[in-house]
Amino acid sequence: MDFVNAIILLLNYIFVPALAYGSQLALGAIFVTLIYGILRFANFATGDMMSFGTMFVILFTWYFQSVGISLGVFPTALLAIPFAVIFMVGYMLIIDKFVFKYYRIKKSPPVQLAMVSIGVMFVTQAVVRIIIGPSDRRFFDGEKFLIKAGEFKEMTGLNEGLAIKSTQVITIIVTLILVSTLFWFLNKTKTGKSMRAYSDNEDLALLSGIDPKKIVMTTWVIAGILATIGGALYGLDKSFKPFTYFNNMLPIFAAAIVGGIGNPFGAFLGGYVIAFSEILLTYAYKKFFMYVLPESMEPDGLIQLLSTDYKFAVSFSILVIVLLYRPSGIFKGKVL
Amino acid sequence: MRKNLNVIAAYSIMMGLIILVGIFQSWNVALSIFNLCLISAVMTMGANIQWGYAGLINFGIMGFTALGGLAAVLISVDPVQEAWSAGGYNILFSLFLIIAMVLAVRYILKNYKKSKNRTYIVAAIIILGIIIIRFISEPGIEAIEDVEPAKTGFLGGLGLPIIFSWVVGAFFAGGLAFVIGKVALGLRADYLAIATLLISEIVIAIIKHEDWLTRGVKNVIGLKRPAPYEVNLQQTDWFINLVEKYNSNKLNLFTDLTERQAALNQLVIEGSSVFVKLCYSGLFLVVVIILLILTQKALYSPWGRMMRAIRDNEEAANAMGKNVVKQHLLIFVLGSAIVGIAGAMLVTQDGLFTPGSYRPLRYTFLIWVMVIVGGSGNNFGAILGGFVVWFLWIEAAPIGLYLVNLTTAGLDDTHFLKVHLIESVPYFRFLLMGVGLLIIMRYRPKGILPEKIEIK
Repeated sequence: MDFVNAIILLLNYIFVPALAYGSQLALGAIFVTLIYGILRFANFATGDMMSFGTMFVILFTWYFQSVGISLGVFPTALLAIPFAVIFMVGYMLIIDKFVFKYYRIKKSPPVQLAMVSIGVMFVTQAVVRIIIGPSDRRFFDGEKFLIKAGEFKEMTGLNEGLAIKSTQVITIIVTLILVSTLFWFLNKTKTGKSMRAYSDNEDLALLSGIDPKKIVMTTWVIAGILATIGGALYGLDKSFKPFTYFNNMLPIFAAAIVGGIGNPFGAFLGGYVIAFSEILLTYAYKKFFMYVLPESMEPDGLIQLLSTDYKFAVSFSILVIVLLYRPSGIFKGKVL
Repeated sequence: MRKNLNVIAAYSIMMGLIILVGIFQSWNVALSIFNLCLISAVMTMGANIQWGYAGLINFGIMGFTALGGLAAVLISVDPVQEAWSAGGYNILFSLFLIIAMVLAVRYILKNYKKSKNRTYIVAAIIILGIIIIRFISEPGIEAIEDVEPAKTGFLGGLGLPIIFSWVVGAFFAGGLAFVIGKVALGLRADYLAIATLLISEIVIAIIKHEDWLTRGVKNVIGLKRPAPYEVNLQQTDWFINLVEKYNSNKLNLFTDLTERQAALNQLVIEGSSVFVKLCYSGLFLVVVIILLILTQKALYSPWGRMMRAIRDNEEAANAMGKNVVKQHLLIFVLGSAIVGIAGAMLVTQDGLFTPGSYRPLRYTFLIWVMVIVGGSGNNFGAILGGFVVWFLWIEAAPIGLYLVNLTTAGLDDTHFLKVHLIESVPYFRFLLMGVGLLIIMRYRPKGILPEKIEIK
């Protein structure tokens, strides 16, 4: 019985949260990796673009709430996402037209484009803060838990409860649907294949008659969808705060690089690698050992490898190790 | 003279703007802007050495700034004897163990061939070492943090004058840069940017959470000053006489003696804070001028030419027999050390160390905006960038407020749009910075004062 308790404990505190967090990171990482692979620059505006999309999700959620539309047990935000995506994609296309296009046509070095993306970061941050303000916002409504800890205990008669938040389930399901659609699109459709060809070898792709304008536009559309949904899921699960979104850029970058930058599947898995290692290394295992070990061997301390303050340090250390031993990431991306 | 006309013009306009602030707002505000402009100028010089001379992207400026600040704390604060006796030995022993661990790893890496076994042994040494160090340092850290947590709760520093920390800060930052450079410099430019950004976050995380060393988010306040204190100045005779002499015209208008005394007191209070700020300005100016002379000399020396050659064509420079890796490491360390000086200067001026205030936007990206806007590769440009951008960063809020009032003049004062816009005035500075950066990058990619290479 103790063993089952220990498993439930790990599920509750490590597996489920890491899976949800990893999905959110994965969406962001695919966003980074697509931009890097096709437009060929590191987008430092990632976090702020995500917060821009989430802002529209929140605005639409408020609007729907004020007119009394809701999805019952599901959060209203799910209904708001498609509308927000439209605005987000529009914003990205405008930015591309007025900012990035010039440097792309001039074939500027990637470093210059990265600098430009910092300008975009400042502007986006300002717009988000001017429209919705810098404060912490929760926009979740509907049923909060799928399984409550108390109910689970009653149902199974175990000591440990397993609480699954509905946002976690929504996050995982939406991510799986979105990512499988994306991979289907990239691998099976003509546009997707031409995108991969363009990413692989630009000149060859142009020679075989691929229209770069169409590729770039599709990339921004996909990026807009990923950024909005990734941001909205993170905001639903935790809360929306522009500053946190800006900071999320770091683990997202780490995930994209660990997975092999330019490789969407690698970025997807990289998100989970980062999330699981962050949570596994900063979790206090005391209770787990109390269940597993006999009473005489119970540990005194918290058995925590690293304090939770060092989350970023974990993702960075993984990055360093990966780069030292496999500079192209776990799943061969472009060599950096 | 003629070819430097644009430099002189740009600097005179900048100075004019600061003087205008002094006349219309107050000299106190003008001087505090000026001081921070000088500190920003030191930071931009550091970033400019790396980016402008050598083309290395360093997005870890925040981390080096914070290390400089840490140096200011560790040098100037008086040592906390109780904390040392409570846990000092554990900390020193842990430090010794860390050094031993690093040496052991180095020895193995040097003397054995690359193999799977070697990797496992190195990993084992590191993991075992960390576990042992944690066991030894834990009780020490707890004991130190228990010593009067409200007042100290940390080891304190050396109790030396804070000016020394400017040099030590440079060494701290340079040391970190050496380690980072060894690991990350071989990688591509945009990867280096991401890596340094992540490392600087880690540095901040450590400074924020290792309370035994830095007091963490509890902040260290009341650091020593290289300049006199306002309160003391207000009671010294020569200063009161100076203020009296300087303002004699104004004071002679008063006929009543008590009124005159009251006015004088007011002037002395205002004057004292201006005087202290002037002291800082003098100190900072000295640093800026010394660094400017050194960097200018370096830029036009054979070494500077080599750096530009490496920047413009790495392969060709390599083929000519220049050690690119070594030079990159050197310039990364030098630039970071200069940023470290700026970090120590910043904490010296504020008189307090607040780890929570280090944010990448303010301490990394803003500095980059300064370098790009001012003109990378040109020291005068970089310094001007520091001045212009910091000036706009501070004055953006008043300008934004003015613009909001102007555009919404037709609206009622309680109109929700106007209220909302006035509340969000502080964020107009981000907009200004972003738009400014984008415009400069597009229409004047070399900055306000572009790089000029003279062949002498």
